[in-house]
Amino acid sequence: MMNWLPPGAILILGGLLLPLVPGRARAAAMFALPVLSFLHLLGLPAETLVQFTFFDYTLSPVRVDRLSFLFGVIFHLAAFLGVIYSLHVADRVQQTAALTYAGSAIAGAFAGDLITLFVFWEFTTVASVFLIWSRRTPQAFRAGMRYLIVQVGSGVLLLAGILLYLRGTGSLDFGHIGLESAGGLPILLAFGIKAAFPFLHNWLQDAYPEATVTGTVFLSAFTTKLAIYALARGFAGTEILIYIGAAMTVFPVFFAVIENDLRRVLAYSLNNQLGFMVCGIGIGTELALNGTVSHAFAHILYKALLFMSMGAILQQVGTVKASELGGLYKSMPWSTTFCIIGALSISAFPLFSGFVTKSMVMTAAGEGHYAITSIALLFASAGVLHHSGIRIPFHGFFGPDRGLKVREAPMNMLIAMGATAALCIGIGVFPGLLYNILPFPVDYHPYTAPHVITQAQLLFFALLAFAILKRMDLEPHDLPSVIVDFDWVYRKFLPRLWQATVPPLFTLAGRMWSFVDRWLGILLYGTAVDDDTRKPPRPWQTNTVFLMAVLALLIYLIIDYWRTAG
Amino acid sequence: MNETPKGWGEDPRVGNWLFRALIVVCVVLLLLTPLAHHEVHFAWEDWFGFFAAMGFVAYAFIVFAGKAVRKVLMRDEDYYDRDFDAGQDEP
Repeated sequence: MMNWLPPGAILILGGLLLPLVPGRARAAAMFALPVLSFLHLLGLPAETLVQFTFFDYTLSPVRVDRLSFLFGVIFHLAAFLGVIYSLHVADRVQQTAALTYAGSAIAGAFAGDLITLFVFWEFTTVASVFLIWSRRTPQAFRAGMRYLIVQVGSGVLLLAGILLYLRGTGSLDFGHIGLESAGGLPILLAFGIKAAFPFLHNWLQDAYPEATVTGTVFLSAFTTKLAIYALARGFAGTEILIYIGAAMTVFPVFFAVIENDLRRVLAYSLNNQLGFMVCGIGIGTELALNGTVSHAFAHILYKALLFMSMGAILQQVGTVKASELGGLYKSMPWSTTFCIIGALSISAFPLFSGFVTKSMVMTAAGEGHYAITSIALLFASAGVLHHSGIRIPFHGFFGPDRGLKVREAPMNMLIAMGATAALCIGIGVFPGLLYNILPFPVDYHPYTAPHVITQAQLLFFALLAFAILKRMDLEPHDLPSVIVDFDWVYRKFLPRLWQATVPPLFTLAGRMWSFVDRWLGILLYGTAVDDDTRKPPRPWQTNTVFLMAVLALLIYLIIDYWRTAG
Repeated sequence: MNETPKGWGEDPRVGNWLFRALIVVCVVLLLLTPLAHHEVHFAWEDWFGFFAAMGFVAYAFIVFAGKAVRKVLMRDEDYYDRDFDAGQDEP
């Protein structure tokens, strides 16, 4: 039934109608919509393809296959958990934005053609920016504006790429695109912006920490993972992605280690995790792609869990700046526990979700004999342990007690965190459940003695390094500060350059104009225009006209003299 | 500030105990290395203690590199906001 309805459409329509629902019923509706939408998805037969002809083009608004189905499942799960986490929020703007945003990302993942993809690509942009603006601070407004500009830029690039692709291939099908096809580069860049490629990444670290407590939890799940899905669909096996991905795993580590805003630390960590996925897409083997999408699945959960726990701190304390936190584990024991589970999952400790997913990408890198990439991924794994495994829980909940008097987070937040934590452990303990829905058949066993031992050695010796450095007081102290990144170029340098060049140029142009104006006045009116009144003074005087005529005659005589004499 | 009771997180004995436990775990893991032999893709994966050294050195490198990065890239908290504090660009 209703096979023509794109998955996620129920969330979009329901989200848009939500403000009309009064009071308590609205919370019930928010709860019911992801469930309804998920049932709709489950009701669609496998390999569904809905197509219709629009003018000369074939559009496919619904395409269900193993790849889109997996993203459909995790996006619904994220939406559902996010709704529980935000049940206490009564702000209609946020509620509508969250549901339409989630719905658009889901519908985008089931788009079988590029135009449908583009439409929902833009929907996610428009809906999500309200999750940032809903913070209602000047900083959030400005960050939202920058976010919007970058995201719309991605959309414009995507549309340009689609038109070139259509002209080159005559097809709008969203299958493998590749860099070599017409429009491949702009489409890759459009995906790359949303996937936070190096130098295209700063919107993420800029905007996500400025969004509302619950908004960031939604934001962390959808935009970047829709981009990962799109890259996996369109650019699997594109070699340059291996190196882009490896760079993405490494560079954010150095920023995450010193950033003071813990939600910004998580944004850098998110960027670093996307690197593992992009790398897997570049390798492009079945194992690598299975690794990428399973890692996306696991990552959405543990990253949401970590953002939830930092959101709990932000809501209860009013800040997530490491330099202002400490000793919260006493007043927020449940949030602390769930945060630690998220930290163990992202660090890929055995029995937690990251262990059974990230290792597929790393094994695929080994099988492909990408030596430098393999080392980079190992290095980045130690980095993950540092910023997300240790810094987030330690600096968020432990550290010097600053006498903060707070209460544990509200029950709905704890339930959402608890459920997400349970899923993180569930995937780690029963990886078969996730492996069964991966796009390719899985012949991979994470729990072998070599894998468990080598991974444990990596992590526990990194922990040892932490313990020793901590005891020697060599760990970086938390300092109230801002760490500048590439966004410095457009947030500081270009505005300064503009101020230093453009206004002086205007002043110079103004001076030149008044110079011309003055002499025009003298020529036309025989005297300068009065600057204050702008009125021409007196009309031409008879004696001036006479003088000018005599002068003209004189010039004529001189020229004529030279002409005849020569 | 002293009103909040001291929790186990501030107790140095807990820290010392955890540190010793961690050393024991690390030693045990190193001793288990012979069991970790598998089909290697790169020669270094077979070096004794490679993953342990990688974890330790990478972690320490990140910490010291982070401190160096801080010297170059750290600014005051209001570094970006102060451009707007005059109010002329406020929404």
